[in-house]
Order: sequence, then structure tokens, then C-alpha cells
Amino acid sequence: MNLAIRDVRHNFARFILTVLGLGMLLMIVMGMGGIYRGLIEDATLLVDRIDADFWVVQRDTRGPFAEVSRVPLLLEDRLRSVEGVAGARAFVSHTIQREHRGLPLRVGVQGLSWPEDKGAWLPIVQGRPLAHPHYEMVADELLGLGLGEKVALGKDTYTVVGLTRAMVGQGGDGLAFFTVSDALAIQNDTPGEAIRLEREARRVRADENGIASTNPGLLEMADAPAASIPAVAPSQASAILVSLEPGADPQEVANVLNGWTDISVHTTAGQRDLLLTGSVDKARRQIGLFTAILVTISAIIMALILYTLTLDKVHDIAMLKLMGARNTMILGLIVQQAVMMGALGYGIAYYIGIWLFPRFPRRVIVVESDLVLLAVIVLFISVLSSILGIAKAMSIQPNEVLS
Amino acid sequence: MTRSVPAIEVQDLRKVYGSGNTEVVALDGATFALAQGEIAALLGPSGAGKSTLLTAIGLINPPTSGRVFIGGRLVFEGSRAAVNVRTFRRQFIGYVFQKANLIPFLTARENVQLCLEINGASPRKARQRAMELFEYLGIAERASNLPHMLSGGQQQRVAVARALANRPQLILADEPTAALDSFRGRQVMELFRQVAREQGAGVLVVTHDHRSLDVFDRSFEMIDGKLAEATPTAAAPTEAPAFP
Repeated sequence: MNLAIRDVRHNFARFILTVLGLGMLLMIVMGMGGIYRGLIEDATLLVDRIDADFWVVQRDTRGPFAEVSRVPLLLEDRLRSVEGVAGARAFVSHTIQREHRGLPLRVGVQGLSWPEDKGAWLPIVQGRPLAHPHYEMVADELLGLGLGEKVALGKDTYTVVGLTRAMVGQGGDGLAFFTVSDALAIQNDTPGEAIRLEREARRVRADENGIASTNPGLLEMADAPAASIPAVAPSQASAILVSLEPGADPQEVANVLNGWTDISVHTTAGQRDLLLTGSVDKARRQIGLFTAILVTISAIIMALILYTLTLDKVHDIAMLKLMGARNTMILGLIVQQAVMMGALGYGIAYYIGIWLFPRFPRRVIVVESDLVLLAVIVLFISVLSSILGIAKAMSIQPNEVLS
Repeated sequence: MTRSVPAIEVQDLRKVYGSGNTEVVALDGATFALAQGEIAALLGPSGAGKSTLLTAIGLINPPTSGRVFIGGRLVFEGSRAAVNVRTFRRQFIGYVFQKANLIPFLTARENVQLCLEINGASPRKARQRAMELFEYLGIAERASNLPHMLSGGQQQRVAVARALANRPQLILADEPTAALDSFRGRQVMELFRQVAREQGAGVLVVTHDHRSLDVFDRSFEMIDGKLAEATPTAAAPTEAPAFP
């Protein structure tokens, strides 16, 4: 005769409420694990998808995801000349927050090296990759933009030509892909008044130091766009992505590039490691620690619930002992209820989770290995938490039936 | 166990609670024997030590000194158990208390069935035996009810069925009719006597109900921990059906 099932059936409402509460708690544990996965996935998404062999960045920096990196666009041509290099493309990455339809729009701007890279590698679910060198963008669904929608960024307006899914930055912002020149234009956008003031300042500086009197042409150039003034620094990218020729020795190419004193070279794996041990490491550890605390709290709550359930049955357990029931029968009653509670709580956590997690603002990725691990943990804490109840049950004497 | 061996024999049983100034002698050298098939009443005022004697005999609460034999086997010598008390209780002793003490999440039938299954009966045989007892006790139609759906008398009859389930050699009852009306109370007492007669079990009943004393073969009186045999009582005829 299974006493655990009969007891549950008798106190069904209480059991269900307890399991529901436990399930919600386990769902949070599951969610924290999912947030942890999502954080890593978001952080490494671009590095994994962009398909480059080397990331060439500003000397002694850890790349665009860890810190500011500036390299000249001309570096592309230098890199293409290296033996074993099949291609080089600029990578521009920055985050902007503008207003669109009266609401704040936060976008992770990514520059694609036109015409080599039109974004064909992107997971486009609607529309197409970039087809023109300017004023087009491929946006992630998360940004809430529709296909064909026009978005004003700086002085230009860009049309959404394609939509991607699950392309987000490490901050959780949806990514939008432009050509490198458009991405730089958005990054370096300067208001009209600032341009006018700068032009006037140029004239004043030229007059003050007498350059204008010896070189009048400078005054004419002062009115020209900033990009056409030779003295202004050339546009810069965050990194240059290098692809190797088939059969090329990566180490050999890396050795050549490492000899250049203005740049640093990271492999894709290295860039990924830098990301995980750098910018997302603290968040990762924080979530990990928080998850561990939640698991501990779950175990404590389960132990208290089981202990209370055992206290409720002191008289019944005393009677069972008086009838000569073996300890295994009494242990079975407690442990089976604990496992039932854990298993049902886990099931509730899973089903609420798969319904709720996609509605979270940031990605929550629950993978099979995490589910299995959590199941094992729940089983473990179910058994562990029943120890308190078991200890109480074992201490009950048959004569307590008389009390 | 043969009829010549007493169902229970108690020799100079003492139970002392506390020590020094706080020492309380609950049982003071109780000595008696109860033959198989014999039913005895244990009388006395509250606090006289009746329940202490019953729990000591019933292997629930070990005595401080003295010896207890059940079916000729030494089970307690002083506070030391000479047998596996759990197994012995299961196989040889049936208990009925003032409260029915039914397990609330089991039906009436399951309460009895569990007692049998604990003693090794198969679920089918246990169910069959439980229903036989319920038929006998007149509560068969309540077999599927949970305890809270039964009246006090019905609950107590389930408790009696549970005590009888394993055909014990000794039945110990502590004020089993306290919660019952006089008619039901007498029925239970007569049932105990019938079990004693037909099954050969020794039955010791703690009771305050003097109206049913004619049911008992013998009566003991306990005062301040001392046990004495009262005047023998004559057994009344029974109308109850044969015990299953």
C-alpha cells in the first residue's frame, strides 16, 4: 500500500499549492540558468556568426567587445597584401539610442564591409540582405521595426530591407546592420550647428596664425565637408576581420601580423575567450552565484515543507510504529512525497518557463543539458531536504500515539 | 502457543519516573497472569498506573524492573527487551485505545488492510480479511469511508478490527468504550470476550465502565501503582455471531 500517494490524495489542495510554490521557485532557478546562457549567447553571437579567422584590432587592446578599439580603414588593404589572407573587411560596432515613433530606440549598429559583405550570413527571416551601399539596414525583430519602415538616424534616413531573428548585442540590444560607411556616418553624425561653428572656428584659426594669408585656399576648404579636409583624421573601424585562404597556416599569418607594431591580432576563439573572461565575466559569475543561492533556498524551503508535513503526521507515524511498520515504510512515505514534490515542481517550472521565458525582455536560453542538470539537482535536494523530516520521523516513539 | 501457557504473565513489575525528590512510582511490583482465552478488566482511579501497566505489557513503554512473559516467552527483563519488540508487537499484540487513532488519509478498510500488509499479508488477502472483520463488526458499508466520515463508534469499531486483524495472542485495550454510548460500549466489550473465547487470546481492558463488568472473567484493581485482584465476575452469555 502506497502511503505517500494516499496522503497526497487526502491533502490534495495543500499539496498542489505547495508544489506550485516550489515550481515557481524552480522556474526562477531554471530562468537564472537561462539568463546566464542567454548572456553568453548574446555576447558571443557576433563573434561566432561573423565567420572570421582573425580579428585585427588596435595595438594592445582586447578588441571591440572589451574596450574601445580604433584602426584605420586603410588597414584592410594592408592586410589583403599578406600572403595567406583571402579577404579583409572592416568591422564597425557601436550602440546608439535615438527616438523613433516617439519612443526611445536603442540599436547596436554594426557595419558590414560593402561590397564584400552584404550580410548574406545573417539569419534573415524576412526581406533580404543589403543591396545598395547606402541608406539600407537589416534590423533584428527585437527592435520592433517593420519591413520597409524608414528610420531617421543622424541626417540620413534608412530603410529596413531585412529582418533577423535573435541577433542581439551583449547588452541585450537588438542589432542593425548597415554598410561600414553608413555605420560610420551614424557614429560620427554631427549636428548642423556644430558643423557651422567648426567651419567658423577654422577660418578664425587660419586668420589668427596667418596661414590664410599665405595659403588662401585653406579658407575655401574650411567650408567643405569635414570628410574632405585632408587634415581631418580618416574614418576608423573598430576592427578588421581577416579570412584566410584555404590551406593557409594560421600561425604563420599570425606571426606576420604580430610583427606589425600598430595592431594586435586575436583569433575568433581568442576573441570569444576575451569576451567571456572580460566584459561578461562578472555578470556571469553574479548570475551563477545567484542561481546557487536560489538552489540552496529551494532546498531549505523543501526541507521545511517536508518537516512540517512530517510534524503533521507524528501521531500517524507513532501508530505505524506501534503496528510494527518497518522504518523503510515510514522513510518511503517521506522520501516518496519529497520526490513527488520535486518532480511535479520541476514539471511546473518547465511548463511555466517555456511559456514565460520568451516574454522576457532579454533572451532566456534553456538548453537540454541545463534541464538535465537541474533535474538531477532537484532530485538531490528532494532527497537531501527530506533528511530533516526523516530524522524527526525516526525520533517518534510508538507511545506518542497515546498523547 | 498452547492453552496451558498463560497469554501474559507479569512478575514484580515496577515503573519509576524521575529520580531523587522527583521520583514517581507508577507501578509498584505488579504481579499477575492471564490465561489464554481469558478476559480481564483493569480498574482504578485516574493516575493509578493502569495505562502504565498496559503500555509496559504492550512493549510500548519499558518497565524499570520486573519481568514480562507473553505466550510463555520472556519479552522484558527489567528495561531490557528480550525480543525484537517491533516484530513481537506486530505478530502477537493488538491495541485499542480510547481514541481510535486511525490514519486519517486511509479509508476504514485500508487502515485494517495496512496492519495486515505490515505483517506480511498479500493485499488481496488483507482486503478479504478486513472485509470479514467489517462484516462481523457491522461496518462493512463504511469500509470505503475516510475516518472523518465515520462516527466515533464506527471509528472505534474500525480500531477494534485493526487490533483483531492479525489474530493476536494478546489484546490490550485502554478505555476502548470511553467514546461510545452504553449500547455500543457493551457490544465492543462482548466482542472482546468473544475473541478471547474463540481465538484463545488473552484480553486485558482498562475501563471505568462498571456496567460491563459482568463481561469479564476477572477484574484487577490498581491503586497508587499497586495491583490487586478484585472479586471474580461471572461471564454473561453472548448473542454475537461467530468470530471470523
